[in-house]
Amino acid sequence: MTETVPSLIPKSEPIDYSSTNNESQPLLTIRDLRVHFYTLRGTVYALEGVNLDVQKEETMGIVGETGCGKSITARAVLRLIDPPGKIVSGTVEFDGQELLNLHPKEMRRIRGKRISMIMQEPRMSLNPVIRVGNQVAETLLIHESDLSPSAARKKAEEMLQSVGIPDAGKMSKRYPHELSGGMAQRVMIAMMLVTRPKLLIADEPTSALDVTIQAQIIDLMNDLVHELQSSVMMISHDLGVVAETCDRVAVMYAGSVVEQGRVEDVLHNPRHPYTKGLLRTLPDNASENEDLYSIKGNVPSLFMPQQQCRFAPRCEFSQERCFQEIPGSYQVGNNHSAACFLHENGI
Amino acid sequence: MSSVDSNPSSLLEVKDLHVYFPIRGGVMRRQLHTVKAVSGVSLNLAQGEVLGLVGESGCGKTTLGRALVGLAPMTSGRVFFNAKELHHQNGKSSNHAMKMQLIFQDPYSSLHPRKQVRDLVGEGLLINGLARVEELDEKVLDILEKVGLGVDHLYRYPHEFSGGQRQRISLARALILKPELIILDEPTSALDVSVQAQILNMLKGLQKEYNLTYLFISHDLSVVRYMSRRIGVMYLGNLVEIGPTRSVFENPKHPYTHSLLSALPSIKKGKRKERMILKGDPPTPIDPPPGCPFADRCSNTQEKCRIEKPVLEPLKKESSQLVACFFQNENVH
Repeated sequence: MTETVPSLIPKSEPIDYSSTNNESQPLLTIRDLRVHFYTLRGTVYALEGVNLDVQKEETMGIVGETGCGKSITARAVLRLIDPPGKIVSGTVEFDGQELLNLHPKEMRRIRGKRISMIMQEPRMSLNPVIRVGNQVAETLLIHESDLSPSAARKKAEEMLQSVGIPDAGKMSKRYPHELSGGMAQRVMIAMMLVTRPKLLIADEPTSALDVTIQAQIIDLMNDLVHELQSSVMMISHDLGVVAETCDRVAVMYAGSVVEQGRVEDVLHNPRHPYTKGLLRTLPDNASENEDLYSIKGNVPSLFMPQQQCRFAPRCEFSQERCFQEIPGSYQVGNNHSAACFLHENGI
Repeated sequence: MSSVDSNPSSLLEVKDLHVYFPIRGGVMRRQLHTVKAVSGVSLNLAQGEVLGLVGESGCGKTTLGRALVGLAPMTSGRVFFNAKELHHQNGKSSNHAMKMQLIFQDPYSSLHPRKQVRDLVGEGLLINGLARVEELDEKVLDILEKVGLGVDHLYRYPHEFSGGQRQRISLARALILKPELIILDEPTSALDVSVQAQILNMLKGLQKEYNLTYLFISHDLSVVRYMSRRIGVMYLGNLVEIGPTRSVFENPKHPYTHSLLSALPSIKKGKRKERMILKGDPPTPIDPPPGCPFADRCSNTQEKCRIEKPVLEPLKKESSQLVACFFQNENVH
């Protein structure tokens, strides 16, 4: 274990995340991403400057509660933000290429082929009137135009087999509604990995599944991703799932990343007051006889642009400054940062 | 000694409850299949106790809860509340059935969208002739304060509240009838962890204040572990293990319980560790084969398991942990 060395970084200078892994450039770099939704009730400042990296062959977790912006971040990477939403500013660099100003046609070549996404409810993402084997084959046909339909179908069947679907030949002729939740999610995984993407975005892939099935899917994903040497952006509200699948994790609150680092560091040595509070609310961490800790107050309204630390009203360590300035992100350990003035001087 | 024996000091006694749903089809609408949602469950609840009930989809825990309050038909079996037998007849609930209330899982669909909180919570009083319309506001306000809501909320509609607040409204609706037993069906599953903490604390507080008894149904083992003194594990309509929470968690004796606990994602575990992964999918309760319900997925299935169904038996004499497995003593972990 390397010793944590406090570093003095002036707050005007953003952290250079890419330097934390000296081997290579990150696969995905998100800088100062801002997404706003222009609704009839007003503008929702959903993402106010998200900074995130995903390294090659790494599983990066994004955790946070409802409304923190984790799903929006994922969709922004794939440029799936529809009106009234808009990516207002920021950069998203994937494998050396800036995505936000790509022509839609170029973006379509990346979506589903080099970056894939699986979501929570598999049966809602699958076309209900097309047999599952054909859906997996379709993905191949779209992205590998020199493949014949029969070759694509064969490859699809092989893929279904490798995701642990028994009797793949027979199963591939089924419709989504004929599959259980676990099976349907395996089909989704097959569909999303058949093009061997470099980045897989998984948005709550196991939340709708039973615990024992969830365990199977987690193991399957860990194995396949390792084999394909892909990276994963794993979005979840379940810290247990993140602990079992991710190498690093980013904690989000009300539109920005408040803490980021290796899973062991963030979950067992949290430095941001929100992360600390969140971990304390878990029943796993409580003893029978005491009350569960709950963070006082509520999530703030996102109808105001961020002008201060958004967690300040609920924070037991807040000072006057927290209500007046936006904190930067400060190094608190090796490859571990927190967006809190308490750690401004690397303490 | 078996907890299945009649126990007059139990608040709730469930004896061999079966809840079956027929699937009809064909020209003559004959019964083609049977969904055996609950297949012979027996359990007892003492006053002031919190019994947790866990299991995955299709295990029957929700149907069990609904059958107890008359929202699902009891095909056979007997239920005693305060030593009096319960008969749910055609929507007319007997007086003592009011003492048993159910909180539903989904706070978004269990409140009538066109009724104000005052009516949602107070309706039960009016229906049961426990209050006059003029007294409603006062009585409703009284109970709202107990669940952390106030006078501002009386005339609002459900859509104006968050998930956590709606669960509080559901709880107020149940509490106003002064129940002795509350069946909570996944009360915090739809809520964020921080809201969950608030709701669970409130539930614990109310339990102490009113000496309530809870049947706490959930798929979330860490929540159940925190709330319950005793825990029952259900699989495919059967109760496969039941006992003090600590014993069941630290020393699970049924193979299914062991897999369930092993599969639980936890921040205490790291990436890729040894785990007993259950193969296959949870089975369907439609026309289950004879024998042990877990036979298909158990790593230790013997011939006997497919012929005979094991009953709940204590581990050793006088043990308060019961397991339904022929080979419980071999399941050493």
